[in-house]
Amino acid sequence: MGLGSSTANGVPPVRNAPARLLLHAIAMLLAAAYLVPLVVVLLNSVRSAEEIAQTSMIGWPLAWAWGNYARAWSDFCIAQTCTGIQPYMMNSALVTVPATILSTLLGAVAGYAISLWRFPGHAWIFGLVTLGVFLPEQMRLIPWTIVLRDVGLTNTLTGLVLIHTIQGLSFTTLFCRNYYLSIPQDLIKAAKIDGAGFFRIFARIVLPLSPPILIVSTIWQFTGIWNEFLYGVTFTTGTQQPITAALIALTAAVADAPQYGVQSAAVVLAALPTLLVYLFGGRYFVRGLTAGAVK
Amino acid sequence: MAALAIRDVRKRFGTTEVLKGVGLEIENGEFTVIVGPSGCGKSTLLNIIAGLEKPTSGTVEIGGRIVNDVAPKDRDIAMVFQSYALYPSMTVRQNIVFGMECRNVPKPQRAEALARVARLLQIEPLLDRKPAQLSGGQRQRVAMGRALVRDPLLFLFDEPLSNLDAKLRVEMRMEIKQLHQRIGSTMVYVTHDQIEAMTMATRIAVMHQGEVQQFADPDTVYNRPANLFVAGFMGAPPMNIFPARVEAAPNGVQAIIGQGEDAVALALPDACAPHTGRTVMLGLRPECIAEEHRHAGHGLVLEAPVEMSEPTGAETIVVLRIGGERALARVAPDMRPGTGSRARFSLDMRRVCLFNPGTGMLLA
Repeated sequence: MGLGSSTANGVPPVRNAPARLLLHAIAMLLAAAYLVPLVVVLLNSVRSAEEIAQTSMIGWPLAWAWGNYARAWSDFCIAQTCTGIQPYMMNSALVTVPATILSTLLGAVAGYAISLWRFPGHAWIFGLVTLGVFLPEQMRLIPWTIVLRDVGLTNTLTGLVLIHTIQGLSFTTLFCRNYYLSIPQDLIKAAKIDGAGFFRIFARIVLPLSPPILIVSTIWQFTGIWNEFLYGVTFTTGTQQPITAALIALTAAVADAPQYGVQSAAVVLAALPTLLVYLFGGRYFVRGLTAGAVK
Repeated sequence: MAALAIRDVRKRFGTTEVLKGVGLEIENGEFTVIVGPSGCGKSTLLNIIAGLEKPTSGTVEIGGRIVNDVAPKDRDIAMVFQSYALYPSMTVRQNIVFGMECRNVPKPQRAEALARVARLLQIEPLLDRKPAQLSGGQRQRVAMGRALVRDPLLFLFDEPLSNLDAKLRVEMRMEIKQLHQRIGSTMVYVTHDQIEAMTMATRIAVMHQGEVQQFADPDTVYNRPANLFVAGFMGAPPMNIFPARVEAAPNGVQAIIGQGEDAVALALPDACAPHTGRTVMLGLRPECIAEEHRHAGHGLVLEAPVEMSEPTGAETIVVLRIGGERALARVAPDMRPGTGSRARFSLDMRRVCLFNPGTGMLLA
């Protein structure tokens, strides 16, 4: 899409031709700057280690080494376990999928209660929950260490699911609460008179209006949890690690003989799920953030 | 037995008292309209009747049972909202049966009730549509259907016609009135539109600043308003109010409006005699001031300066001065006195109201 059609996005059209050229140039320069690391990783993921060592980190593949992907996936050694990244990808999925679903659903219920039931103290609860949005991750490390130890979930995927579900509530509650504010109170009143209770109103009236915000919340949570590194590396070791933590172990394992090709392939594979989510869900994300519940 | 009894209901939000001791008793089968300007507390009162809000004090009785601690769903009521509040993701059919679904009414019974209401409101062709696919009037009908299907003890209407255009509003007004006549249920209807109140109600409760100003049948509210607020609120254009002095006259009592050479003496009915010597506010409906020959026999004819004429088609509204005070008259449509001219008017003094200028209460 050129700048000529930019009015569709609410940006006023630039009439002055030199100014438009300049804008194009700056935009392309910025895009290139953002893309360089991705391009380097993509190119290296199909170059052999020898080729990279003999030429340079940056270069067009001389021979396409597709085998890098197979090795990265299933037989590359990470900290003495030669299984490739496959089991760690599995770990990440086992953490990300349940934590995304749980935090989104709980956030929806919490947002619904806060925005549409207005129980005494709802403003306080909302304030406390959303405070979590602003707390740095590092601050929560020690409390979580204690909690995981006390509930016996240290070094387990379930422990990570617990952490991400609860941490995620801050964002999902905020998203859903703001979205549900556009649902008229009269709907809730009518349903109360009709005899529906808290959960029936949620399931039959609120949830069917929610897909836009649930998509936003799911995308946000999925990318956030999949890419999360600090908790993964702090609370799990060895075979329990999610992919982000395992990737670091992978660099450590090959410190003496750099395997940039395989490493790059592993990085690309690790980034694939969130990239796919972005490619397929990105437009729903933007749409959902700006949508109201009732048109 | 009263279908609904409200006793000394007060409601406070923080420091503002929205309802200041409201009491109403509504008989079975009555169509009660609660009318008042926005912010008078009428919607809060309706929400309290429905159980959607709790009164700070006082009791609400529905069908002889105190329902203060009864949930809305167990009060045997149905409510129609201004916004219609149709569930957007459900079809018309699902909207109407949702209440029965929540109450686990058996399916054949649901279908039967749905068919009855759909026929009554003529919405059969709409049953499979979503609310977004309906026009304003159709949504209104569906909202009524959702209430009617329950066959409750009490129907509550919260300004149900204010989102409709003028023409549709008149049609729906008649429909609701006919519906009430046909099914004979007890209805409580909140509106800010005094025409709706006058046309539909069997009794009107006029509210202002959290208090019921008057609770009476439409004729009484219109002809004998309890105070100056009701006199000014009901009727469009509103009642003319003049400061006046009641004096003895050779053959009865008269009111003096204005001072000096503008002063006008108007003969008062004998009922006003006890107020002789008092300063009052005199109220006279615009239709009691008409062209010269309207009130043949009992009209009091007066020549007065005209400020402006407003022809509306069915009648002409004339702004004139009586004793120097501005007044509105409803005269025959063909009478168009020009600005600055003098014209002769006939005043029907039988329907005059006198108010206490201090308290605003009706004296006679």
